[in-house]
Amino acid sequence: MLTIATGNKAVAAAVRELHPAVIAAYPITPQTEIVEQIAAYVTSGELDSRYIPVESEHSAMAACIGASATGSRTFTATSSHGLLYMHEMVNWAAGARLPIVMANVNRAIGPGWNIWAEHTDAFQERDTGWLQVYVSTVQEAFDTTIMAFRIAEHEDVLLPVMVNLDGFLLSHSMQSLQTFAPGDFVPPLSLPHAIDTANPAGYGMLTGPGDYFRFRWEIERSMRRATAVIAGTEQEFARRFGRTYGVAEEYRYDDADVVVIAMGTLGKEAEVAVDTLRTEGVKAGSLRIRWFRPFPVLDLGGRDLVVIDRDYSFGFGGVIAGSLKAKFRADPYSVIAGLGGQEVTFDDIAGFVRDRRPGEEHWFGVDGNV
Amino acid sequence: MLVVPACCTSVIQGIFPHTAVNVPVYNIAFAAAAACASGMSEALRKAGKKTNVVVYAGDGGTVDIGIQALSGAFERGTDLLYVCYDNEAYSNTGMQRSGATPAGAWTTTTPAGKSQVKKDFDAIVAAHNPPYMATACVAYPQDIFRKVGKALSIRGPTFLHVLAPCPTGWRFSSDLTMEIGRLAVKSGMWILYEREYGKVTINAVSKAAIRNPIPIEDYLAPQGRFRGISRKAVDTLRSQAGRMAERLQRQEDGVC
Repeated sequence: MLTIATGNKAVAAAVRELHPAVIAAYPITPQTEIVEQIAAYVTSGELDSRYIPVESEHSAMAACIGASATGSRTFTATSSHGLLYMHEMVNWAAGARLPIVMANVNRAIGPGWNIWAEHTDAFQERDTGWLQVYVSTVQEAFDTTIMAFRIAEHEDVLLPVMVNLDGFLLSHSMQSLQTFAPGDFVPPLSLPHAIDTANPAGYGMLTGPGDYFRFRWEIERSMRRATAVIAGTEQEFARRFGRTYGVAEEYRYDDADVVVIAMGTLGKEAEVAVDTLRTEGVKAGSLRIRWFRPFPVLDLGGRDLVVIDRDYSFGFGGVIAGSLKAKFRADPYSVIAGLGGQEVTFDDIAGFVRDRRPGEEHWFGVDGNV
Repeated sequence: MLVVPACCTSVIQGIFPHTAVNVPVYNIAFAAAAACASGMSEALRKAGKKTNVVVYAGDGGTVDIGIQALSGAFERGTDLLYVCYDNEAYSNTGMQRSGATPAGAWTTTTPAGKSQVKKDFDAIVAAHNPPYMATACVAYPQDIFRKVGKALSIRGPTFLHVLAPCPTGWRFSSDLTMEIGRLAVKSGMWILYEREYGKVTINAVSKAAIRNPIPIEDYLAPQGRFRGISRKAVDTLRSQAGRMAERLQRQEDGVC
């Protein structure tokens, strides 16, 4: 069905198509519309799920863990402080190998109170063993949420997946949305380690260094296998539903001399900047990283890189720029922009490209730039 | 199935890959037991299964760090049994004070004796008006057995608060465990009662103890944790026990 929807509504609509057995969630701006829409679906009977209106995000993830451990499909959604409040259980979900899917509406962290877009919230969960994907359009939010369940529940993965969308810029922006029933694209969940009263076992008990270390390696092995599962899922999705995104979305990339790298809505804005620069004769392209965990293998091919981070790791640098330096020995021009919802237009991004200084870091709009 | 947050049971159930328990045990983070059990209960009911979901938690994981999740699960009417085995301290980590530690008790973080009183947690649970809640004590195992059976026969959130004297932490010889438990009840320091659909019933052994209690000093004296307790702290314990008995008596009589 073709409709007009916000990013939040697109996530809720995708969840409705996959009918998780249990959804436990706590409201937080700018995620609220997701839980409101899901509660409405459950109340109207459009969605046959148990909706647990928990008293905190820590409990939201704990309830998802309990439900998922029984072998049931499980979903939650949060943002910013909510994500940080559930941090302990975010780790637990991955360690317990539970294919929970969570939408995180990216938002800055206080103080001061700021409800606008930033990626620092999700980046603080990057080492937990969750797969992370960042979307840039309403349709992509729907499509990726569908794909997230298939990837999380795949026997080679069995790790939770976090679908990230920028607060307000995407969560509250309305665009056209094609919804559809995914059918057997997402098969029923079959959790090999589901709790079984006929075969009682202990879960998460005291575990010595040898076994613990092996479990950690198995998380990493699954994370590596997830790369192939993501690729296969994207291909199958394209075959069935006609759209493809990839682990990173290239735009006018192949012949580009200079490439803008960003995530989320900034990655989409960069495409407009590329068009502007091309009219000036600058051979620019862009690369929007979608899958952040597992981190993609990228062919950067000796191009000039302008990396925009809507995040910061204090005392270190932009997280994406730092990742590219570490993984690919890149020497990008690192731009820190958009923190706390700062407006960043395609004109600004074109300016970053024109004024680029490889190897340096630039805090956009801050006096006394480094 | 059991849900166990960080507590002494985290250790005594065995080390992976062995387990000493013959039902599924799901270990979960300290603050999360009742929330994890909520998810399990809802998922099982959705799947049409009647499997009992039982939280088995210590006093720290119940009255302190786990209180929020417990309150949420009870307010939502979740179908589960929450068992708090209360040894009145963080004993897994070596006997630090908890909200359930009584006044005057030595712990490693109250070296001069705890200056605050034991949190009246059952009153907090009762405020959620669960269909069934009860206190129990390890010295009365048949009573525990009956109350667990009763709790599991009732749909909705049920609560069992079990006093569990801890030889290591309370500083007494382990062969005295049952005796210490009996002294707690007979002195009125621990009152056995049930609250079913709002109706309070004080159990016979505690009725007798309230009528004719043994001196609380008889309960305190064998325990090293109360060695050197001040007269004032003893008075505090006595008056707290007396107020509790009066309140339960009034509730049983329906004049609260």
